[in-house]
Amino acid sequence: MIDLFKDLVNWASGPTVLFTIATLGLLAAFRFTQVWSKTSAKVFFAVLAVFYTASMWDPDFFLIVAKPDNIPITGVIFLVFFFTWFAMHQGIRNDRRSEGGTEVLEKEEAEKVWVWPDLVYTEMLAMVLLSIVLLVWSILLAAPLEQPANPADSPNPSKAPWYFLGLQEMLVYFDPWLAGVVFPTLIIVGLMAIPYIDTNPKGNGYFTFKERKAEIVIFLFGFLILWCLLVVSGTFLRGPNWNFFGPYEYWDVHRVEPLLNVNVSDFFWVKLLGRPLPTGGFFAALMREWLGILMVGAYLFVLPVVMSWPKERFPTGLKWLSCHHYFEKMGATRYYIGVSLFLMMMSLPIKMYLRWAFNLKYIVAFPEIFFNI
Amino acid sequence: MLNRILAPLSAAWKEATDSQVWTSIFRHGKPVSNRNRALVMMSNVFLHLHPVKSRKAGIKLRYTWCMGGITFFLFLVLTFTGLLLMFYYRPTVEYAYADIVDLQEHVPLGIMRELHRWGAHAMVITVWLHMLRVFMTGSYKPPREFNWGIGVVLLVLTLLLSFTGYLLPWDQLAIWAIAVGSNMARATPLLGTEGPLSASLTLGDISLINAGNDARFALLGARSVGQPTLLRFYVLHCVGLPLAAAFLMAVHFWRVRKDGGISGPM
Ligand code: HEM
Repeated sequence: MIDLFKDLVNWASGPTVLFTIATLGLLAAFRFTQVWSKTSAKVFFAVLAVFYTASMWDPDFFLIVAKPDNIPITGVIFLVFFFTWFAMHQGIRNDRRSEGGTEVLEKEEAEKVWVWPDLVYTEMLAMVLLSIVLLVWSILLAAPLEQPANPADSPNPSKAPWYFLGLQEMLVYFDPWLAGVVFPTLIIVGLMAIPYIDTNPKGNGYFTFKERKAEIVIFLFGFLILWCLLVVSGTFLRGPNWNFFGPYEYWDVHRVEPLLNVNVSDFFWVKLLGRPLPTGGFFAALMREWLGILMVGAYLFVLPVVMSWPKERFPTGLKWLSCHHYFEKMGATRYYIGVSLFLMMMSLPIKMYLRWAFNLKYIVAFPEIFFNI
Repeated sequence: MLNRILAPLSAAWKEATDSQVWTSIFRHGKPVSNRNRALVMMSNVFLHLHPVKSRKAGIKLRYTWCMGGITFFLFLVLTFTGLLLMFYYRPTVEYAYADIVDLQEHVPLGIMRELHRWGAHAMVITVWLHMLRVFMTGSYKPPREFNWGIGVVLLVLTLLLSFTGYLLPWDQLAIWAIAVGSNMARATPLLGTEGPLSASLTLGDISLINAGNDARFALLGARSVGQPTLLRFYVLHCVGLPLAAAFLMAVHFWRVRKDGGISGPM
């Protein structure tokens, strides 16, 4: 019985299943907003806490989770869940209020109060509590110190600090120039661009969901799934050789996973036409990769234009693609920057699913000049 | 009974707060009247980061989660404990590891390293949560666009502070984490040896970008993680990045006030 449960959890933590469950779960929670209630939060955290505590009896789970430097990840899991719930809960409550004709809570409490004592005491209390937490944490748990550095002996797995493991996880799907350089840059630029792209004047200064649905869904998908989930699974579920291991699995250094990944060019030339890949020189390389180049070009440069068209120009079934109202509302510059950043962000899940479904390695591959997408 | 203990205590408190020393430090009466509540906020250099009065909703814990404040407090804790660590730690391949061992084993009250490390982990999490709160209340919207941008830079600086500090214990965990992290720099387009297009940067048939001068070399000060890297990361960790962060925090807090205080509905 317990073994069956463990097998089930191991299976469900696999990159494919976990990512899909988390994404669908998040989308469902946006659709059925009553799940952000106090009762469901209590149930959710009770289940999570029981799962976590009970799992400590499993030696493999304990080994990974109780590593001193992995403690923050447990913190991330509980805190990020809690504060996401807390924000959404207040947002939904405000939405109910405004639907019922009352003002949002933040507006009701508009009167000015003395900062001493109302705020200063809260801050003092926060400082005292936090100091206690830090002191207890530091007394109970020694900071890790491994063997002295030895440049000749690389550990397996070699992991970046935990907050960069989302980027390291991206290395599975993209080359380092994208995962390690371009995407981090785009994350920073994209975050800074948010206030200039988002022209929705509503929801400034109070929690709400209804008035800012698109913004919140996109941001939380990025933050919760593409960042936090990848950090957590990169820490807990990636073992030697960056192979996946379920939470109750032993990190076996000798496990080999076959890599049968193929490129778009292989699909086109070898599988479809039954020919060898074109070789020799620059133009042969271009010819080899023409389909991939076309696909990436269409995704980055044609799709944004197509998406700006009004609904009528789309065949039935594809009407959801139309972002014409955003184009109208935001103007061309904001729209193109915003949509481009969004498509870049979505390229990560797209590449993930392409990998899982077709073993796709590169869409465009010029290994000669390290230009692989 | 309780009164027997409390009465002398409160008498002593009154004695102390009426003394010349106390009144020379705090130049106003106790904050029991509204006038003094205003004075306390204005005459104290630390408290004057705050306004005298504020909208009730904006200072509620359920609105700000005090997350920015907590992040700032952690930064102060890290500055203080980091300073103490600097008394003992020497950034050389020869001594670094041994100094860390000493710190934990021979220094009285040796939890400074723990406070510093766990505090750093905590700060990374609280910055994320602060950003989440600011996003979820839409507080990046006009007129706070610029302060959100300052915040993003602070987020990056926080991660870089944590990253550079990770190397300093000079153990296996440290150098390999930095090796993995900095390997990515090798793939910088144009500027890394294994980055797209960098091979096209040539003068005649001499390639301009090689392992001795590419982006990764600039980060590490060497071809692999070594003494120059340790020194570089140490200087950045203890001087460069904290100064930059402190400077930007000053701007950040200033702008919170100048942008109209904590956000609220119009
Ligand atoms: C070292 C990092 C940071 C520190 C110490 C810090 C500190 C603070 C403090 C003390 C406040 C006052 C309100 C509150 O506590 O929530 C604040 C507000 C604000 N922060 Fe930060 N912050 C940091 C990082 C960030 C980041 C990463 C962002 C966003 C990307 C950000 C954006 C903002 C904005 C827009 C406000 C105004 C919010 C409002 O008026 O409601 N900050 N920050």
